[in-house]
Amino acid sequence: MKNRSIKVPYLARVEGEGAIQVRVREGAVKDVKFKIFEPPRFFEAFLRGRHYSEAPDITARICGICPVAYQMSAVHAIEGAFGARVDGPLRDLRRLLYCGEWIESHALHIYLLHAPDFLGYEDAIRMAKDYPNEVRDGLQLKKVGNDLMNVLGGREIHPINVKVGGFYRLPKKEELTELIDRLEWAIDVSAKTVRWTSTLNFPEYEYDYEFVALRHPSEYPLNEGRIVSNKGLNIDASEYEKHFAEEHVGHSNALQSVLKDRGAYVVGPIARFHLNFDRLTSRVRALAEEIGLTPPCTNPFKSIVIRALETMYACEEALRIIRSYEPPEQPAMPVHARASTGYGCTEAPRGILYHRYTVGVDGTIREARIVPPTAQNQKSIEGDLARLVPAFASLPTEQLTHRCEQAVRNYDPCISCATHFLTLVNEA
Amino acid sequence: MKQQRKPKLAVWKFASCDGCQLSLLDCEDELLAVAGEVEIANFPEASRAVARGPYDISLVEGSITTPHDAERIHQVRRASKVLITIGACATAGGIQALRNFKDVREFASIVYANPATIEALAKSTPIADHVFVDFQLRGCPINKYQLLEVLSAYLHGRKPNIPNMSVCVECKQRGIVCGLVTHGPPCLGPVTHAGCGALCPSYHRGCFGCYGPKEAANTGSLSAWWAGKGMTERELLWNYRNFNAYAEAFRKESEAHEE
Repeated sequence: MKNRSIKVPYLARVEGEGAIQVRVREGAVKDVKFKIFEPPRFFEAFLRGRHYSEAPDITARICGICPVAYQMSAVHAIEGAFGARVDGPLRDLRRLLYCGEWIESHALHIYLLHAPDFLGYEDAIRMAKDYPNEVRDGLQLKKVGNDLMNVLGGREIHPINVKVGGFYRLPKKEELTELIDRLEWAIDVSAKTVRWTSTLNFPEYEYDYEFVALRHPSEYPLNEGRIVSNKGLNIDASEYEKHFAEEHVGHSNALQSVLKDRGAYVVGPIARFHLNFDRLTSRVRALAEEIGLTPPCTNPFKSIVIRALETMYACEEALRIIRSYEPPEQPAMPVHARASTGYGCTEAPRGILYHRYTVGVDGTIREARIVPPTAQNQKSIEGDLARLVPAFASLPTEQLTHRCEQAVRNYDPCISCATHFLTLVNEA
Repeated sequence: MKQQRKPKLAVWKFASCDGCQLSLLDCEDELLAVAGEVEIANFPEASRAVARGPYDISLVEGSITTPHDAERIHQVRRASKVLITIGACATAGGIQALRNFKDVREFASIVYANPATIEALAKSTPIADHVFVDFQLRGCPINKYQLLEVLSAYLHGRKPNIPNMSVCVECKQRGIVCGLVTHGPPCLGPVTHAGCGALCPSYHRGCFGCYGPKEAANTGSLSAWWAGKGMTERELLWNYRNFNAYAEAFRKESEAHEE
């Protein structure tokens, strides 16, 4: 293979519109593009002038798959600006809602988007002919996550119950305890999923990434924590923009996040797992050890197994929260607007999601900044493609192309999210 | 009419959040049954496999915001026997239609460092502004059971049973006490198309118009009521400017409250 061109004009089984292109000249990778042609939607612009209370409902519309992540980063940032802190059962309920999103998003990705790659199917529907039980289990697991979101959020896509300070309506205890049996089932099925995904064939590929995730003193991170990495980063969300920058890269038609001075990094399940293994439950850790997957894991193709481990964690955590839930007196704590800037960073299913809002004294948003996880993983996605193509050069082009697609899907990219902040710039 | 082969279903995306097409994958109990009735011929979010058109049913998500997409929607229409728009973006321009009230270049400069290179039309417009649409399913997001109903209806050659009443009627059907006339949070229920099952009122908040204006929505009367309760012009404006801001009834009413 002297000269070769790997092209996927419209990536399938990802969220949003993207493409990949890798050019090899004289045996060397010349050009790698993870192209994003999703049209921009200008969220940061139309948040200006809106009342802070609208931010959770508006930013949810950035992504149909991870709306809760947007709502959570938004409310934390705004509460931070107002010097408010939501604690106790309300904080637990937010965590519970987020568990629901992790379960549905991870189950969707594992079974419907990623597993077909490993088993050689175009999609999960075709896969279901040979793996009916797995696909059925996967769909029901996803449904458990969606049901949690339905109860707490009102609906699974763009939930309506999240507000700055808490919720509009509290769930009754029995609305949550009704889910206990199914969550217990979901723990078993996610453990089965861990074992099943661990038997897949993983391409031999490792890379020494810089992993970036939240780190909390006692919890596996969802809503809170410091932003840390395996290469020494340890900062508060308010310092995010000091350490991370977005670069215009002519060949990629997009802004790419980098760690200043260090470059590409990885966010998402593999990064969280690497940095927070000790915060998983003992059952999840024991299972990870049983299948022989503990940090460091530097093969991104194994992220499918880590997603399954995180799904199991989210089911266990949801069960723990539900069992200890006693409704608080008020669905939300009072918050008082003041002129200030607030920062929020939470763990979306696909990695950290950063929000910053400057709010005026009348509660009007003056400025908003949002950095979604896929923008942050973009540069590592391109790095993987540049390294994979020479590493698997012996594969026929069709298989190599598929391998590249699979490598992009390792990141569970959410292109719709990314694009609303990324440019479609032509080379200047 | 006897079907010799399974009808071909295609799903197309324009500017959107992907949530409405995700609704199909969120039909956890029905997905495999649906896949048994139709050939999923083009659905990139779910499958690498792409079958050639023409397609018996095309579901279109998202609004038209770029010159390229304004061309592409015509190709989709030509390849589709029935074209159904799903969601507020496709039926009303979506939240991104908030740009329609501003100078898009100003918007681009807020988000992007190099706004001159952003390829974006001045307005985000619904699909029906560009091509003939057979049926419009509303909602931000759509109701997945309504999606199944619409698919089932077109597969069987009947009219979809999608009630076009207001959210108010759904509230009454559920026996929810009217917030508007009791404690009075702003509620768009009287002018908003049904479909959500009066979700927000059942969560103790007012409707904020996810399903867009119902037919013959009397927005003027609702605004007068709200104004009587002390709502400012600015608040009135923003209440109509959300996910369906560019739908005619909401657009006109919001413009009436511009300073």
